[in-house]
Amino acid sequence: MAYFIPTAAEDVAPAEVAEVDLYHPHSFVTKYVFSQDAKVIAIQYSFTAIAIGLVALVLSWLMRLQLGFPDTFAFISAEAYYQFITMHGMIMVIYLLTALFLGGFGNYLIPLMVGARDMVFPYVNMLSYWIYLLAVLVLLASMFVPGGPTGAGWTLYPPQAILSGTPGSGAGIILMLVSLALFIVGFTMGGLNYVVTVLQARTRGMSLMRMPLTVWGIFVATILALLAFPALFVGAVMMSLDKILGTSFFMPAIVEFGELSDYDGGSPLLFQHLFWFFGHPEVYIVALPGFGIVSDLLATHARRNIFGYRMMVWAIVIIGGLSFIVWAHHMYVSGMNPYFGFFFATTTLIIAVPTALKVYNWILTLWKGNIHLTIPMLFAIGFIVTFVNGGITGLFLGNAVVDVPLSDTMFVVAHFHMVMGVAPILVIFGAIYHWFPKITGRMFNQTLGQIHFWVTFLGAYAIFLPLHYLGLLGVPRRYYEMSDTLFIPESAVTLNAFVSVVALTVGVAQVIFLFNMIWSAYKGKKADPNPWRATTLEWQTPENPPAHGNFGPELPVVYRWAYDYSVPGAKEDFIPQNVPQEEVPNTEGGLGLPMPAAHQPAE
Amino acid sequence: MIAAILVLLVVVGTVVFHFWSPWWWTEIASNWGYVDDTIIVTFWITGVVFIAVLLFVVYCMVRYRHREGQKAEYEPENAKLEWWLTGLTTLGVAGMLTPGLFVWGQFVTVPDDAVEVEVLAQQWTWAYRLPGEDGILGTSDTKIITFENPFGVNPDDPHGQDDVLVESDELHLELDQPVKVLLRSIDVLHNFYVPQFRAKMDMVPGAITYYWLTPTRTGTFDILCFELCGVGHHAMRGLVVVDETGAYESWVDEHPTFAEAMEEARNEMSTEPKLVLKQDDAATGARAVTQ
Ligand code: HEM
Ligand SMILES: [Cu+2]
Ligand SMILES: [Cu+2]
Repeated sequence: MAYFIPTAAEDVAPAEVAEVDLYHPHSFVTKYVFSQDAKVIAIQYSFTAIAIGLVALVLSWLMRLQLGFPDTFAFISAEAYYQFITMHGMIMVIYLLTALFLGGFGNYLIPLMVGARDMVFPYVNMLSYWIYLLAVLVLLASMFVPGGPTGAGWTLYPPQAILSGTPGSGAGIILMLVSLALFIVGFTMGGLNYVVTVLQARTRGMSLMRMPLTVWGIFVATILALLAFPALFVGAVMMSLDKILGTSFFMPAIVEFGELSDYDGGSPLLFQHLFWFFGHPEVYIVALPGFGIVSDLLATHARRNIFGYRMMVWAIVIIGGLSFIVWAHHMYVSGMNPYFGFFFATTTLIIAVPTALKVYNWILTLWKGNIHLTIPMLFAIGFIVTFVNGGITGLFLGNAVVDVPLSDTMFVVAHFHMVMGVAPILVIFGAIYHWFPKITGRMFNQTLGQIHFWVTFLGAYAIFLPLHYLGLLGVPRRYYEMSDTLFIPESAVTLNAFVSVVALTVGVAQVIFLFNMIWSAYKGKKADPNPWRATTLEWQTPENPPAHGNFGPELPVVYRWAYDYSVPGAKEDFIPQNVPQEEVPNTEGGLGLPMPAAHQPAE
Repeated sequence: MIAAILVLLVVVGTVVFHFWSPWWWTEIASNWGYVDDTIIVTFWITGVVFIAVLLFVVYCMVRYRHREGQKAEYEPENAKLEWWLTGLTTLGVAGMLTPGLFVWGQFVTVPDDAVEVEVLAQQWTWAYRLPGEDGILGTSDTKIITFENPFGVNPDDPHGQDDVLVESDELHLELDQPVKVLLRSIDVLHNFYVPQFRAKMDMVPGAITYYWLTPTRTGTFDILCFELCGVGHHAMRGLVVVDETGAYESWVDEHPTFAEAMEEARNEMSTEPKLVLKQDDAATGARAVTQ
């Protein structure tokens, strides 16, 4: 295959957008509170997401207490339990993971990595955060209204969600829907920024096919979110109308506790289609940024180019596209037309192919590498283990007929926790450790990082692996208590207690992480501007941490892809993206690399 | 090194746990053994990939760990290798999808000799209706449900008169007789699941859903509601008993037909106090009770 090897920036069409002077803030309030600097917004998003995520973590302890030790805690009633589940799931998926990956990492990394001074619409970007914060506050408020927050499950299926047999079916569900709608509005403002910034504000020489995979992952995930969230938005609006005005979008004729309601003619399945048309892409909204970030962590810490870059980019794009035609794999047993199963099982299993390819390319990046087992690298490896585990159980659940016995069992809980709970969280930790020296200018404590990794990784694995087998046995999810059955052995009770103890331990161990981050941010060793000797632009900023405007007077010019690690003939084992071919220190002690030694993929 | 050993332990531990775990599916009691077989095929194919991928990671962690003089090899891509891997993966996926679709085809095709049984769900109880002598269930409608007619059977439909009504959580099925289980709900989503049968489907108010199965062994099994249906969801249980033909028929005979039940209700109405529907403490599972 012939490669076109662009060597100089002139070979790549520049994005001809004139530089505009940034508005530099003057007061504390405009600098740190109502800030328009994407980096500050990123920190605001991240702190808020982690804070609300801690609430979800505490809720998971309460749930595990109930599951591990039923009849022990009087304060956990059935109502409360279903409310915990719902809030835990919703917070984790939307308010933590989506917000942290896109609002947090997206804001921090996109401008820095593509060589832009900021997002293209800084003001809208600022609004995005404040609306997100409002959404979080409304969500929190729903926990304090009469009747409490909704307990309808994070899927919020009607008719149940708005009928009296479900906890929080009054103000609780309304506030939940309002909060989701706000979240979507806020996200859309941020999301347009991320997409337009990637398309329009890349620096000279940064062609799309030279972008780090982190940016690719966040970019495609944002496009998915912009297309998927509207389905949830209309679903939320329609359900609010059903609840408040008594319309019947999702409500058929119902006899509730002996009384015929006024609803008639609506379709509960319509909501499920809307929900999962959003819900499945949502899985990839969380996964794709993780895919991208983990690719960069692996390449940097294995000192080796990411293997099969072009294949990786195409896999992200193809997975993103396919994720819109698999949604009904969540509905094999929903009562929809059973013949849909053939189509959705096929599309779902096809998605496994590009996904598997990504896994192969990650491990082939390790192969023949020079692996530094740094903390970010450990988390990346932890990600591979849990993602492969969770990915293969997806092949069970995607295959319609296998899903029939397994759906709504603990197997599903184990599957999605591995693949979209533990795996993305491990990437997030890895990413925080990786970029911590850039964000704070200081290094974190290595020993605490090691302890944090091993407790979290091994612990989370021990929590969720056994749950698969309870699911095979037939233990349902969303059950306040199993009580007596004819088929569940006594040993399952012991297992549940064990899982709960591990879950509490892992949960408490996160204190180590929080302590390490907070302490190191103030007291940590001053970090080198590029401690991991990475190639991407965010490590080449003149100041560390980067100042407002990111790159000083001159924007960097990009001459190469993001993965020039261990290039033959080069003195160092990495060549930053902004170093031209003639200026690369070579092994002979001079400058310049003989061309075309590199087989950098053409764009 | 320690890190590589720990990751290796995770892989080995997973495999050991898989084979030694005392938690495994219940002995099957229906014709859906093919479903179990598909799961086994899937376990093998994915298990091999899981082990191969992770052992390769462990190998790399040991062989290519950073040491003095270790240098990574620069190799942006290897199209041949990538196409090989794509091809093999596609084969593996086809190996799972093909039996899967084949069995799904059976699952959605109800045999002609299946008899119908209706399961009626409401928060948080089960009830059942059998087609009676004519073998045909009468039409029904949620909107005509009353205390006397809790199934909402159309009183003008001749097929409905002989329908057998079972107002109890316990359902009996006849051994080796294919059944089409018709699923109805009058309030929210529910799901009728018996782990030993392996088949489940949501019950959707406003629609009638179904699945079919043939019970293949006698015994008493738990029925669990498998779709979150409110605060009593976990308490929405029942029992299904698979009987030999004789025992099954005498169980059917214990229950009134729709016509008989209506008759009885009319008589009771004139003599006894009114039926009252009361909601119990939800957490313990509400039951519609009569006072
Ligand atoms: C160590 C951390 C975690 C523990 C111990 C935990 C535990 C649990 C438990 C016990 C349930 C209820 C399962 C059931 O239905 O019976 C649950 C549900 C759920 N969790 Fe987690 N979880 C954790 C982290 C996460 C993360 C990171 C995510 C992010 C994706 C997540 C997403 C969910 C979702 C979506 C549900 C379903 C809620 C529902 O059924 O409506 N969890 N979790
Ligand atoms: Cu999905
Ligand atoms: Cu139910």
